[in-house]
Amino acid sequence: MHEVRFVIPRQEINREDFASSAPDFNRRSEVMNTDRGFKCSITNIVRLTGQEKLFQLRIIDPTERSLFRFKPGQFLMLELPGYGEVPISISSSNSNHEFLELCIRKAGHVTTALFTIEEGAQVAIRGPFGSSFPMDEMAGSNVLLIAGGLGIAPLRAPLFWINEHRDRFGDVNVLYGAKVPSQLLFTYQFDEWKMINHINLHTIVERAEEGWTGRTGMITDLFEDISIDMKKTWAIVCGPPVMFKVVCSHLDRLGMPMNRMFVSLERRMHCGMGKCCRCMVGSTFTCVDGPVFDYWSVMNLKEAI
Amino acid sequence: MIYKVISKHEFRKFIDALVRSNTSFGPRRVDTDSNAEPVYQFQPVTSVEDVAFDYSVTKSSAKHFFLPFREELSRFDIRDGEWEQKINYNSDPVVVIGLRACDISALNILDDVLLNGHFPSPYYLARRKNTFVIGFDHLPMADCFCKSMNHHTVPTGFNLFCSDIGEDYYLAINSSKAFNFLKEFETREPEYEDNCRLVERRKEVSNGFKTHIDVTGLPAILDIEFDSPVWEKWGAKCLNCGTCAMVCPTCYCYSVDDSFDTDMKGASRQKRLYSCNLVDFAVVAGGHNFRPKNGDRLKYRYYHQHRGFAENANQQICVGCNRCGRACLAGINPKDVINDLRMEKESCMKCVSSSPDKR
Repeated sequence: MHEVRFVIPRQEINREDFASSAPDFNRRSEVMNTDRGFKCSITNIVRLTGQEKLFQLRIIDPTERSLFRFKPGQFLMLELPGYGEVPISISSSNSNHEFLELCIRKAGHVTTALFTIEEGAQVAIRGPFGSSFPMDEMAGSNVLLIAGGLGIAPLRAPLFWINEHRDRFGDVNVLYGAKVPSQLLFTYQFDEWKMINHINLHTIVERAEEGWTGRTGMITDLFEDISIDMKKTWAIVCGPPVMFKVVCSHLDRLGMPMNRMFVSLERRMHCGMGKCCRCMVGSTFTCVDGPVFDYWSVMNLKEAI
Repeated sequence: MIYKVISKHEFRKFIDALVRSNTSFGPRRVDTDSNAEPVYQFQPVTSVEDVAFDYSVTKSSAKHFFLPFREELSRFDIRDGEWEQKINYNSDPVVVIGLRACDISALNILDDVLLNGHFPSPYYLARRKNTFVIGFDHLPMADCFCKSMNHHTVPTGFNLFCSDIGEDYYLAINSSKAFNFLKEFETREPEYEDNCRLVERRKEVSNGFKTHIDVTGLPAILDIEFDSPVWEKWGAKCLNCGTCAMVCPTCYCYSVDDSFDTDMKGASRQKRLYSCNLVDFAVVAGGHNFRPKNGDRLKYRYYHQHRGFAENANQQICVGCNRCGRACLAGINPKDVINDLRMEKESCMKCVSSSPDKR
């Protein structure tokens, strides 16, 4: 019909241009690192129990290593090309700029694949993502850390922080419960926490095994052991979904203000960037607004706990 | 924005030249449904004859040009335990003809989600920048409710928007590309009479809506009615097929899966659109499902569209096209669900009875 021909020109998207046009320049490195992971080599693997291993990672590229900084409570996406990505909370000290530690339970198909690899293998990480525990605000108060099962993994980062700034905090209590004594993680560090850092550690198991001399019962039973002024205390709670409500409502009854109780939520995640919506709770993304929430925000979110 | 008037005959010549020089998609009749009504979809077109200018509505939305059902995020070349990651953001230019105002509004909402914040999506940006969008206004179908969502008109987000004013199209030109192409064709400046015809057309569109949903204060109602039996009732009907999310112009949830090539020398990371109604949407490793019941998942969909998103982005994510209502195999319609929630049906007490058969 008509002889005119006009072709729509192709517009290229350049990675670097795109990063520099990101709305927040201060978080430029995050924009750069959202789809291309930092390559890491696995420097050490510690078998904690039959189901959990502690992986020590080192970012290979020195520039990338200097870019990667995180705060206690944040998580990263660990990727194993061909198998997939998993969100894992960082359980090492954030002042350790050389190595990262991740405590991983063999649960899905990516983590199962991770359990077959050996030291020296390569993985990649994206991140860090998410919110963190307000460690600076907690300074000057007592701290109560409550962990159930694998919930000790995300609590290790704040524990390291407290260890490194021990003089800033009052009484530090760790309540740690597990199903059976053999599932208690990081037992090799208990003495260090107790003796050197004056952290009161209380452990409890649901079911005693041979040789267990400690307490048996639910995690809330441990509240009888501690006598601290709840009004001058901050709490960090992490554990299986059923634990949050029980523990937080217990703390509420003991008089702890809701905005001083922090929980670290777990959800399915596929992007870490607030785009895939898999981790959405009501109006809130666990990956961007969380995983660390104060109890007041969690109470406001339907179906959060 | 520049406004021009073009005769329908001349406009067809323009479209023909455009689709002959570019990869183009437009509404085409693909089938007939059980009510003997034509079924339209956005399909490849190679000449103006292929484009159904008088189409009613497409079954699927136009989001798949921007968010393909499957999209490769990166490729890995694997050798001796090491790998190299390759990422390609860029996509080829395409022309998409015949989007409705609500479809373009949906794109604007997706822009809001995917291009704002700390983590803008370069994949989406590449597709958005390389897509030439031509919009058409239309008289609403009986079950469209986009006026209730305030998306029956669209101010931006397109290259060219055409309003049907009888013998001519009233063009809103929103890009230099469109302006330059149109220079080759006979257009004229709108006159007073054309403006009157445009106003008439807009009134006709605006008054043509037969379905209305009251969404004022809906975020608060959703909060209050969180434990309402309404969710159980509609959840009992829901088949968890995810069709609603697939046809929705704004649903963007996805999953990311890795897969090895068959020769094990490479791997591909693919993004796949997902639906919050699918059973495993919120299942975490270890097997815990945060939304175990049908009703929970159905509720979440409404919760995200009308409350969660409203809180984050100051607008509800639903544009009111009712594609989900038409496509739902179980006959779940957003209008009925929302009206049920607002308890505005006379049969309210009946409708919250436990029997799922009553509709």
